[in-house]
Amino acid sequence: MAIEATTQGSRPTTPAALPVRLADVSVAFPAAGEPLVALERLTLGIPAGSLTVVIGPNGCGKSTLLRVIAGLVAPTSGSVALGDEGVPRAGDGRVGLAFQQPRLMPWLSTVDNVALPLALDGVAVAERREQAMEALERVGLAEAAGVRPAQLSGGMAQRAGLARALISDPPVLLLDEPFSALDALTREGFDGELQRLWMDRPRTVILVTHSVGEAVRMADRIVVMTARPGSVARLIPVDLPRPRPASSHATAAIDAEVRAALAEVHPAELTPWLDR
Amino acid sequence: MKRLAATILSLAAFLAVWKLLTVVSGTPNYILPAPEVVADRALRAIRDGILWEHTAVTLSEILLGFALGAITAMGVGIGLGKSIVVERVLSPYIVAAQSVPILALAPLLDIWFGGGLLARVLICALIVFFPIAIATMVGIRSADPLLAEMLRSLGASPGQLTARLEIPSALPVLFGGLRVGVTLAVIGAVVAEWAGASSGLGVLINIANQGLFDTPLMFVALATLAVIGITLHGLVVVAERRLVLR
Repeated sequence: MAIEATTQGSRPTTPAALPVRLADVSVAFPAAGEPLVALERLTLGIPAGSLTVVIGPNGCGKSTLLRVIAGLVAPTSGSVALGDEGVPRAGDGRVGLAFQQPRLMPWLSTVDNVALPLALDGVAVAERREQAMEALERVGLAEAAGVRPAQLSGGMAQRAGLARALISDPPVLLLDEPFSALDALTREGFDGELQRLWMDRPRTVILVTHSVGEAVRMADRIVVMTARPGSVARLIPVDLPRPRPASSHATAAIDAEVRAALAEVHPAELTPWLDR
Repeated sequence: MKRLAATILSLAAFLAVWKLLTVVSGTPNYILPAPEVVADRALRAIRDGILWEHTAVTLSEILLGFALGAITAMGVGIGLGKSIVVERVLSPYIVAAQSVPILALAPLLDIWFGGGLLARVLICALIVFFPIAIATMVGIRSADPLLAEMLRSLGASPGQLTARLEIPSALPVLFGGLRVGVTLAVIGAVVAEWAGASSGLGVLINIANQGLFDTPLMFVALATLAVIGITLHGLVVVAERRLVLR
């Protein structure tokens, strides 16, 4: 646990950041015939204020894992806890979730899309727009506040989705491959921005990704998942200073370690994405 | 400007063909009156007040019937769209009510509801109901499940889900239903008047056609109904342009 010591010692952890604990969590979805088991006896502790990256191929239950933490999917067995308060409930304000797709309401302006969580809580229009503008500024999208989502580029729309997840200042931020639809260059820029956001205001971040490079650039700890039914195959600490260079001896070593772990759990023919 | 010119041009062409038909075929006015004969008859009907008297009655039936039918249909359509159980239970009755000819039902409704304005408004509402209920149901179901999940992750209640996602998503399809419904409302009002009424454009058609053999007056009544239909349809289109994102 040297990682936690360095990351948490180097910057202040807000009291808001919460640890996440999953104990023996299984999730099975009803299906015709056999139920589809997405997660099986997954146990994982995520320290408050850490930046954890979850990696694994399609269908290994990464997204289900985030939905369990967000309170969108109830585990079939096992337990989930955020901090001391226990079971998460969707919309209880402790979790912000950004999706693979921006998921913006096409008929609302960017600022109103970002303000949506506050609108659902009944916050007055003027106040929620003001807060939404602040959130937009944090993700560098203030100039697009009045624009409809159809007029935003893919990257801008993702920023708006991120701003919406950040607006309630949630202690836990869940990111479900939010950059996977973007081109490599935009994506690397995003990784940097996300780290900056996280270092400005530390909170518990769990990022799901396909990309080993992204995992090595971003993570305190990398969780390598098994194939379905998903559970934790390996936990790889990344004890490197930030911002990290694009490639160095140290990052190359971690990169190799992650790829080796993935190759161990996922047969090569099932993981062509590894070579990207 | 171009669109206005096209509209005027098409109207002029329509009148010209109509006029040509009467001249070429030589049909007498009591079978197919020429446009200027109808126009002249319209001016007289306006001047002596009978056209407005009957139009006012029919228009109020149409507006009240459409409003009642559309509001009920949207409420029921939301229920149908949100719940498979509600759809299973209600849809046979809704389809049956639509399949039974309104012409046959209208006299019954007229007797049941006392033969007054209420009976005619209800007949009108009944004919308007089906297309709008179905359009609402289809529209509600067209809501993007990814956006629904996003809203649930923010803790949205079922009511908030309907108000903020399902209804806005339904609007494009719903307006299709409203367009059909508003023109059916015109038919519904006339059918209701035929089932029993002493005034209204439907009554005027009967008086002109069967009582007075005043075919030009019948054409005036028909043209008035057409103008009402075009105007109301146009108002729905204007509302659609304001509310639906293009």
